[in-house]
Amino acid sequence: MNKASKRIAVIDYGAGNLGSVANALTKLGYRPTVTADPSEVFKADAVFFPGVGDAGDTMRSLESSGMAQVVKELVGMKRPLFAICVGLQVLLSATEESGEHDCLDIIPGRVRKLPQGLKIPHMGWNQVRQLKTHPIFTGIDDNANFYFVHSYYADPRDRTVVAGVTEYGIEFCSMIIRDNLVATQFHPEKSGEAGLTMYSNFLEIVCP
Amino acid sequence: MLTKRIIPCLDVTGGRVVKGTSFTNLRDAGDPVEQADFYYREGADELVFLDIGATPEARDTMVHVVEQVARQVFMPLCVGGGLRSISDMRRMLQAGADKVSVNTAAVQEPQLLKESAAVFGRQCIVLAVDAKRREKGKLSWEVCTHGGRKPTGIDALAWIKQAVDLGAGEILLTSWDADGHRAGYDNELNRAVSEMVSVPVIASGGAGTLEHLYDALSIGKADAVLAASIFHYREYSIKEVKEYLAGRGIPVRQ
Repeated sequence: MNKASKRIAVIDYGAGNLGSVANALTKLGYRPTVTADPSEVFKADAVFFPGVGDAGDTMRSLESSGMAQVVKELVGMKRPLFAICVGLQVLLSATEESGEHDCLDIIPGRVRKLPQGLKIPHMGWNQVRQLKTHPIFTGIDDNANFYFVHSYYADPRDRTVVAGVTEYGIEFCSMIIRDNLVATQFHPEKSGEAGLTMYSNFLEIVCP
Repeated sequence: MLTKRIIPCLDVTGGRVVKGTSFTNLRDAGDPVEQADFYYREGADELVFLDIGATPEARDTMVHVVEQVARQVFMPLCVGGGLRSISDMRRMLQAGADKVSVNTAAVQEPQLLKESAAVFGRQCIVLAVDAKRREKGKLSWEVCTHGGRKPTGIDALAWIKQAVDLGAGEILLTSWDADGHRAGYDNELNRAVSEMVSVPVIASGGAGTLEHLYDALSIGKADAVLAASIFHYREYSIKEVKEYLAGRGIPVRQ
């Protein structure tokens, strides 16, 4: 099937730089829809769930817009979902950001602050060591560099979901894969050819 | 390991990239979208666009430039020059910038840093500082605003510390004394700031050779180096820079 005919939704919940994810998907030949409408999101062949900024604020926006429930249901149905940065963090049970805040509890575990003593935010290009053999990594070297900008990291309780790790003071989980859910702490849409390849692989896998 | 970033800076006015040795001696240096794409393909780690026109009309043009560039290049973009309000910043971020830098407006109204960090997240907010050394040999610098033309009497280190407390997520640090001389960065300034604050520091002003870049990242302890002329005049490619730095033990993305 033609790429342009795939229904790709980028979730809009009133926060985050949605344009860059849509730009990257457009560059790959898709026609993404940036939408705040749950029915549009449910109809999509694949859904992108971006996020920047504060996880506590993001949770409030998700709850007030009804998107929190939408994301939970999509993952429950094992529908293809790609979560990015704070989009990944809110999948966990709770975050230490803004005091303490409950999150979506889709991936059991906590979001913790990066250790003291290093520059925060962790900002720039860092390596992702691949812990799984998975077609999402096709054409992407092990330890390829991706662009990060964050102060907190996900610490999932079930380590078998961890698909990639990155070192910054500690080794932290920078990528999660579970069924049709892929989540990255880094920003593929800002990570040059390696990032575009990752989005392309995801879409080839989940809606060939 | 986090790599050190190499950042070309593009001065833009009237929708065109310009380069020159002073504000009065500007030459057209091409289309910003083409230039951005060139650096993207060369392996630059980030791009900074500085709107040196910064009139309201120029800003509309700049928004359009950012939109065009963000469709073509998939790396972080920072836009600065004349941004005065949350709504100015929002337009640039919505157009596709990942970060906005503020300088004069933040000095005049420091609360802008706090408010913008609360709205967009501190990782979006870059404080640009033009620091002029007060006395040769002394570790003391003064903040200059209005594109470096206006000394303020404000101590640069104290200002930067306050700005980070308020919400600045990164410092774009330009040495007023070194800028344009191509004789090396002010690494005493870079080091003083980098050791003082917990956020990343981009060293700017003075790059003329590969060794200057190395010095800023090692002696100056900067997290990133910004340069304009050495890249625009094609004296060094990004690839050459990274090969050189890697050869001297600096972690870079290749």
